[in-house]
Amino acid sequence: MLAFTLRRILQAIGVMLAVGVIAFAMFRFAGDPVNQMVSIDTSAAQRAEIRHSLGLDDPVLVQFAHYFINALQFKFGVSYQFRLPVSSLLAERMPATLELAICATLLAMVAGILMGVYSALRRDTILAKLFQAVSLIGISLPTFLIGILLIYLFAVTLGWLPSFGRGEVVKLGWWSTGLLTVSGWKAIIMPAITLGLFQMTLIMRLVRAEMLEVLRTDYIRFARARGLTTRAIHFGHALKNTLVPVITVAGLQFGSVIAFSIITETVFQWPGMGLLFVQAVQNVDIPIMAAYLLMVSLIFVTINLVVDILYTVVDPRLRATVSRAT
Amino acid sequence: MSDAVVPHRSEDNAQAPRGGAGWLRSALDSDIFYSFRRSKLTMVAAAVTVLFFLLAIFASWLAVQNPFDPAQLQLINSRIPPLWAADGQSPFLLGTDEQGRDVFSAILYGMRISLAAGVSGVVFAGALGIVLGLIAGYFGGVIDTIIMRIADVQLTFPAILIALLVNGVAKSVLGNRLDETATLGVLVIAIGLSFWVQYARTVRGSVMVEKNKDYVAAAQLIGLPAPKIMLRHVLPNTMGPILVIATINLALAIITEATLSFLGSGMPDTMPSLGTLIRIGNNYLFAGEWWIVAFPGIALAGLILSINLLGDWLRDALNPKLR
Amino acid sequence: MTQPVLSVRNLEVEFATRRATLRAINGVSFDIAKGEVLGVVGESGAGKSVTGLAVIGLIDPPGRISGGQIELSGTRIDQLPPEEIRRVRGKRIGMIFQDPLTSLNPLYRIGDQIIETIRTHTSLSESAARQRAIDLLAEVGIPAPEKRIDGYPHEFSGGMRQRVVIALAICAEPELIIADEPTTALDVSVQAQIIALIKRLGRDHGTAVMLVTHDMGVIAETCDRVAVMYSGRIAEIGPVQDVVRNPLHPYAKGLMGAIPTLAGEDKRLVQIPGSMPRLSAIPPGCPFNPRCALAFDRCRVERPEPVRHGAQSVACHLFEPAKETAA
Repeated sequence: MLAFTLRRILQAIGVMLAVGVIAFAMFRFAGDPVNQMVSIDTSAAQRAEIRHSLGLDDPVLVQFAHYFINALQFKFGVSYQFRLPVSSLLAERMPATLELAICATLLAMVAGILMGVYSALRRDTILAKLFQAVSLIGISLPTFLIGILLIYLFAVTLGWLPSFGRGEVVKLGWWSTGLLTVSGWKAIIMPAITLGLFQMTLIMRLVRAEMLEVLRTDYIRFARARGLTTRAIHFGHALKNTLVPVITVAGLQFGSVIAFSIITETVFQWPGMGLLFVQAVQNVDIPIMAAYLLMVSLIFVTINLVVDILYTVVDPRLRATVSRAT
Repeated sequence: MSDAVVPHRSEDNAQAPRGGAGWLRSALDSDIFYSFRRSKLTMVAAAVTVLFFLLAIFASWLAVQNPFDPAQLQLINSRIPPLWAADGQSPFLLGTDEQGRDVFSAILYGMRISLAAGVSGVVFAGALGIVLGLIAGYFGGVIDTIIMRIADVQLTFPAILIALLVNGVAKSVLGNRLDETATLGVLVIAIGLSFWVQYARTVRGSVMVEKNKDYVAAAQLIGLPAPKIMLRHVLPNTMGPILVIATINLALAIITEATLSFLGSGMPDTMPSLGTLIRIGNNYLFAGEWWIVAFPGIALAGLILSINLLGDWLRDALNPKLR
Repeated sequence: MTQPVLSVRNLEVEFATRRATLRAINGVSFDIAKGEVLGVVGESGAGKSVTGLAVIGLIDPPGRISGGQIELSGTRIDQLPPEEIRRVRGKRIGMIFQDPLTSLNPLYRIGDQIIETIRTHTSLSESAARQRAIDLLAEVGIPAPEKRIDGYPHEFSGGMRQRVVIALAICAEPELIIADEPTTALDVSVQAQIIALIKRLGRDHGTAVMLVTHDMGVIAETCDRVAVMYSGRIAEIGPVQDVVRNPLHPYAKGLMGAIPTLAGEDKRLVQIPGSMPRLSAIPPGCPFNPRCALAFDRCRVERPEPVRHGAQSVACHLFEPAKETAA
């Protein structure tokens, strides 16, 4: 068990190192940082001085080590557009993205599990078929179209919900939250649905498939032969066995949700990291791009690691095989 | 069920005797075609997909104007609602945008760009993936480990993120002032680099299986180069799965292109794809000019939905076990 | 004669497929008395397991009981509404499946699974049910049950898991136990223990046992009576001694000839040529006729009905009811 955990941690560090190399390569080679920082009439001597002060004439390996050590302390350089440290920009935007991603994931899980269980247990009902159709549309509609559709319906036509922004925000230390105000809640509804819809579809399909699979197993047949009530079988035995892989996938998807929030944040002008990243791509603000890549990778790798380890805790069988195998 | 098979076979034989159509007859006779004919939804999806492709190919004949040519746009025609609305004007079937661009024509030309980006992106991704998969599977060892590790890591990140990064880096290396064709090229490369992994994995798996088979050793014994033999055997074996991946990826590639263009990192306003049109139209939503965004949106959604339905059917038809 | 615990009359089970409706069970009748062990033998696909599932009401669509009746201690159970047959399952009929490795939910402690079953069928409190679960585990021969009760299924060996499954089947003191190939998935050394356990439990509690197996050795050792099934019908049924020593039906003869014995080493093992027909291609007349060395014209057109012959009952045209009365 310990060996397994250690090996997974080593793998995670390896992935982060690889991403670090890519981020550094982007930072260093894609576009000249000096050109971005100076005006056209800066003299060559001044340029060289800035170059030196930034450490850009050191050997590449030294520069990489430098970048890496700085990155470990969350120092990602200065944004070309804002002339501000990237880390403070990201920190300022992170609460918005995380709140949105968490709301979207919770929404996706609750709705996805309910719909999935229903369409597995009542396979031939009209509602189940409707869910199936919705899931196909959820997979086929690009996120931004869903966002636009919602805005048109609930903001433009009905005027119920705001079409952009986070609403009123309350500061809790460095964390700014929109979840303590009514306008904040109103503002998050449409972005959360837009962002969560794809995950919801995914979870619904997965729950349905897993549940149908579990209902065919011998232990469910034996549970029926023991005369347990249908409710105990469906919502006790079958659901518990269904949810183990589903929660794993939902957890793993959390990283994707954060990455996909790029699109949702753009549609709703949600002031999060994704919007910052899109603006950085448009304006070729490489330090922000590199830092965003590192941050998102860190979140991905951490989630992968935690889910892998949690999985072995949840499933007693796996716990046994893992400790036997390692 | 068996009753249903008989009449449809004889029907196919009746139309098959055109000379040299042996492959056609066997294609029509196959299980795949049979399952195709059984699913009405799939047939509709196929028809819609073909229709969209035809519309895109013959855009210049069907459109009332060339929306890429500023000389043909007149500001006096701007913001006209669709034909059936009270203020509708002929020949602008689906209305016009603020530059006097006919929405219907823009959709036809935009679809052409979207399909071109999607198809080229998938072809590029497929070629890259197949070559890397063959290399990884054939050489094994360190090369294999490196390629497949990269694939593993890349697979954990959403394609849209990778496409955005590739796009951003390309722009910063090539400078911000790319012309339209070069932008399209960058998009294709970005899509290709985001989607190669699945092809590589499939091909590599197949190569690993074939590599240890006797015929490869036998071919080597009689002096044939093993890579050539394997190409001839491995590629046909993987064609089915690759076709399925390609179809599903085509939908994803079109979504990716549309998303990049919507985010402002894709096709410029001067040569809009469907995603660009939606981004432009989105600005006029609050003014009540819904048609500028709605019709490109419907076209995009319809296109992706039909391709997805086709992909779903193809997957089930080629591999019934997956169902 | 006292009332049998289980009485099955002319049972028919059909499965609707896309091509046709297949009849998996076709006119099966038998009784099991209190404390009696009835063995059901036959090849795979002969309908043994389906018969067991039909009795406990677990035939799922597209299958259905299409005819006949099933009585448990005098009350009909084959037409009960779902909620009532559920109350019969586990309470009055216990079932043991083939594979103990997959019969237990891997994510639940075995104690929780037993307590859940006990509390479904009785009004015992949580702690009383737990005590009963420990007693049950002790009864089925699990060492240190008060500790093992909190274990997960994967922590038990195959034989131990089958003991847990048996404990689950008997936890509400059922009148009937259906054991569907309870030893097939187990090591040979464990098989005898499990069979002995089932037999002891049946005797101690006066439970009727329907033991489905394809192992004639198990039948000869354990059962009081035996039913030989072929293509969804009972070819022959009777006291185990008679059927084993003096099988009447040509198929039963072949089956008995195929048992290796330590004593008869000089005899060659007989094997039955061919294989059982698929459900979709059962020949008219006696389903065994294509493989039967003694088949004659009538066997190919007319389906033989069971006739009594001493203590045995056999469905074969070689045995005429008329002959019986004349003798």
